[in-house]
Amino acid sequence: MIRTRHYAIPLTILIALVLQIMPLPIQVDTYRPDWVLIVLSYWTMALPHRANVGVAFISGVATDILLGTALGVHCFALSLAVYILAANYQRLRNYSVWQQAIIIGLISALYHAVLFWLQHLLTGIPFQLNYLWPVVSSMVLWPWIFWILRKARRQLNIS
Amino acid sequence: MDTIFTRGPSLNIRLAMALVMSVVLIIADHKFDAFQSSRVYMNSLMSPLQYFANLPSVLLDVSSQRLTSREDLVEENQRLTNQVLLMSERLQRFEVLQSENDKLRKLLQAPVKKPAKKMVAELMAVDNSPFSQQIVINKGALEDVYLSQSVLDDKGIVGQVMEVGSTNSRVVLITDVTHAIPVRSARNDIRFIASGTGSIDELTLEHVPHSVDIEEGDLLVSSGLGHVFPEGYPVAIVNRVVRDESRPFASVTARPLARLDRLKYLLLLGSDEGQQGEVLPVEGETND
Repeated sequence: MIRTRHYAIPLTILIALVLQIMPLPIQVDTYRPDWVLIVLSYWTMALPHRANVGVAFISGVATDILLGTALGVHCFALSLAVYILAANYQRLRNYSVWQQAIIIGLISALYHAVLFWLQHLLTGIPFQLNYLWPVVSSMVLWPWIFWILRKARRQLNIS
Repeated sequence: MDTIFTRGPSLNIRLAMALVMSVVLIIADHKFDAFQSSRVYMNSLMSPLQYFANLPSVLLDVSSQRLTSREDLVEENQRLTNQVLLMSERLQRFEVLQSENDKLRKLLQAPVKKPAKKMVAELMAVDNSPFSQQIVINKGALEDVYLSQSVLDDKGIVGQVMEVGSTNSRVVLITDVTHAIPVRSARNDIRFIASGTGSIDELTLEHVPHSVDIEEGDLLVSSGLGHVFPEGYPVAIVNRVVRDESRPFASVTARPLARLDRLKYLLLLGSDEGQQGEVLPVEGETND
């Protein structure tokens, strides 16, 4: 039991990474939510002394390697997004799940904007509006992830 | 209470450190290619996750294979037998032509082309970042995959190896925005550069003057210039030529022949570079 308690946060982040790179049909792929960002957001809001910018940075390196982007792109965006959540965690905790979903949507939009800007600087890619579909799917997914992870946190008594 | 403010550096300093380190990483990786050698190890470290992510599709494949009906198998067998028959007929003609070509090349004292080493690889994962078009294949440095090796499917050129891991490697597709491939028109041998546009079914030809003879339906084959892709493999078909005289160049787009959105089995082609010694055995061709 003690082992799972200690490894719960890295384990959920690993699962999120796997979900982030899981091959999907091209029609569904556009709507893939930002698994890593959502899971990190939950842990940052729930346990800001366990998971914050440092964990986000490390997950960012892993994401960069797995997605084959220039090293540091996802680190930058994830650190920035998680910083905003960690700086306001006391206020965000008091919001209802639905309000939190909207905040997650805004954070996810910022995350994608930063990703796009960085990659635009590096390779000059053009902007397409489907880059923003994950914002919607992340918002829809948030209540469910929140519920599952809160249940896991309470059962395993992680603090 | 144990909060983030009671131990370690403050949140703002952590953010500043993370952002500075990210920028350093980006510059080191993108501008100076500092991680070229260590990428192999990083990819190998992360490859268990990739295999794990690939598990559902592997399971689906296996179960669909188990559940295939007998009629389907018979039908597929029939189709493949027909295909083998047709192919072997073409191969017979091809072998005669090949030997004739070799003789002619010897007469001209040009180097005879040796068949390149081939290897079949399977698609492992498709990169889902919308900004880049890359795939991961299940062969790596252990099977002698090397950087910028050409990758084909049954219709044409797919892309080139961009990162090698120990058991898998990453392939950049010809339609990626960062990729360009030297081609020539099969009809009249005019050379072009076909660059990716970031959308999976389009390439653009750069800097094509208005006067160049190029038409819709022209087949573009790899020209072998640049020593990355071997010569003569089909790449794309021109599908739109717009000659707007108010612009400096004609805008020409082409559709890749390889079915980049439904790749499954891929062919890795060993290029001449890898076997330099065996390619130039014909003497006396150096100063001709």
